[in-house]
Amino acid sequence: MYAFDFVKPSTLDEALSALAEDEAQAISGGQTLIPTLKQRLAMPSKLVSLTGIAELKGVKTEGNTLTIAGATTHAVVAKEAAEAYPALASLAGRIGDPSVRALGTIGGSLANNDPSACYPAAALASGATIVTNTREIPADDYFQGLFTTALDEGEIVTGVKFPIPEKAHYQKFIQPASRFPLTAVFVAKYSSGVRVAVTGASEDGVFRWSEGEEALGANFSPDAVSGLSVDPDGMMADMHGTAEYRAHLVKVLTARAVAAANG
Amino acid sequence: MPEIEMTVNGKPMSGTVEGRTLLSDFLRDMLGLTGTHIGCDTAQCGACTVHLDGRQVKSCNVFAMDAAGAEVTTIEGMANADGSLGAIQAAFQTHHGLQCGFCTPGMVMAAAGLLKENPAPTEAEIRAHLEGNICRCTGYHNIVKAIQAAAAELGAKPIAAE
Ligand SMILES: Cc1cc2nc3c(=O)[nH]c(=O)nc-3n(C[C@H](O)[C@H](O)[C@H](O)COP(=O)(O)OP(=O)(O)OC[C@H]3O[C@@H](n4cnc5c(N)ncnc54)[C@H](O)[C@@H]3O)c2cc1C
Ligand code: FES
Ligand code: FES
Repeated sequence: MYAFDFVKPSTLDEALSALAEDEAQAISGGQTLIPTLKQRLAMPSKLVSLTGIAELKGVKTEGNTLTIAGATTHAVVAKEAAEAYPALASLAGRIGDPSVRALGTIGGSLANNDPSACYPAAALASGATIVTNTREIPADDYFQGLFTTALDEGEIVTGVKFPIPEKAHYQKFIQPASRFPLTAVFVAKYSSGVRVAVTGASEDGVFRWSEGEEALGANFSPDAVSGLSVDPDGMMADMHGTAEYRAHLVKVLTARAVAAANG
Repeated sequence: MPEIEMTVNGKPMSGTVEGRTLLSDFLRDMLGLTGTHIGCDTAQCGACTVHLDGRQVKSCNVFAMDAAGAEVTTIEGMANADGSLGAIQAAFQTHHGLQCGFCTPGMVMAAAGLLKENPAPTEAEIRAHLEGNICRCTGYHNIVKAIQAAAAELGAKPIAAE
């Protein structure tokens, strides 16, 4: 690692003024950033820890909206969202392993936007709103491709608002060595329609499978997607799976998610 | 360079660190607590597992300065007060839950993390909990047996006053 200063403010305001400095960078759970720093793929002059800021932690439900503060860990979401939004809690409880879940946070995951990360699928399928220190960004505008988001320099994810669906399920086909999804699908059914978001498949990162959404909107059953096919063009391909394999998984996992959501 | 303090295995400790000093390096190099092993240094293997404010974490993936002021428990804190092996450690010995022993400190800390949350885990829950702890030797069966035995032993004992 290159050398840097480390500060751990206790309020959001202090964090934001520390982040205004040139080359300052936020660190939350560190579960992605520390490995990146070890590989010398980042060179911040200062890291600003978000883990000491009480206002950035917590899960609350108001009406039909579940709000998770930006620096809330996966372990806390797995526990505290279980009643209001079980599919989301289940996703959080399956990220990585217990040690990763104890530290890793929703804000860090969404800011990083790894093409195989779990939370982006939930945020997109739920039509969530990403709340930052300056504005509110709909998930449909937030994810902008591989490791790219709508966030500006120094902008912090302070929370995420999830509309609670009637039914939902997250199907994670795990890549056991990394414990990330090889491919995963989050299906959420609202009175306004069905949303299907796919991670670990496209070279452009998380995306909505609109053909699947339409079919499921008309008939929320696994059979609804059985006649569809997903185009492998633009899908990731690596030693763990070809583009065709991933395209196939999108359909299979969607059907399984619907079956599980219907109980 | 900043000076940090933390409580390690119940004792106040301090040392001078850099921003980039990892908790694992602080424990091993500054405090001499070399029971915490570094296997991969990439957050994959779990050999460096410790408890940070009661939560199980990989100490190679935490900055020491983020742990300033915290309570840390390492494998050295798992023995009984008289120096004899604690219940989980003893179960690993009895049930041959180790061969080379490299992963063992992390396995014991992960087991302790599990039993704190779930005092009577099923075999499947034990295996799921060990997802982030890799053992090159044992094939895991005896580690699982050891944790089952430790759970039974600890469950049978009246809970001691904290
Ligand atoms: C072994 C292992 C297995 C894993 N398995 C999975 C998995 O199955 N699924 C999965 O989705 N992820 C997985 N992860 C990644 C994990 O979920 C990370 O916790 C997460 O991606 C990043 O969150 P963090 O809080 O650790 O962020 P950090 O590592 O602290 O930061 C990541 C990036 O986000 C920025 N950032 C952090 N917080 C904010 C914020 N509030 N606002 C704006 N920017 C911010 C940082 O500057 C940095 O660029 C795994 C990680 C490991 C080590
Ligand atoms: S040394 Fe920390 S996880 Fe391997
Ligand atoms: S006993 Fe050798 S790595 Fe587990």
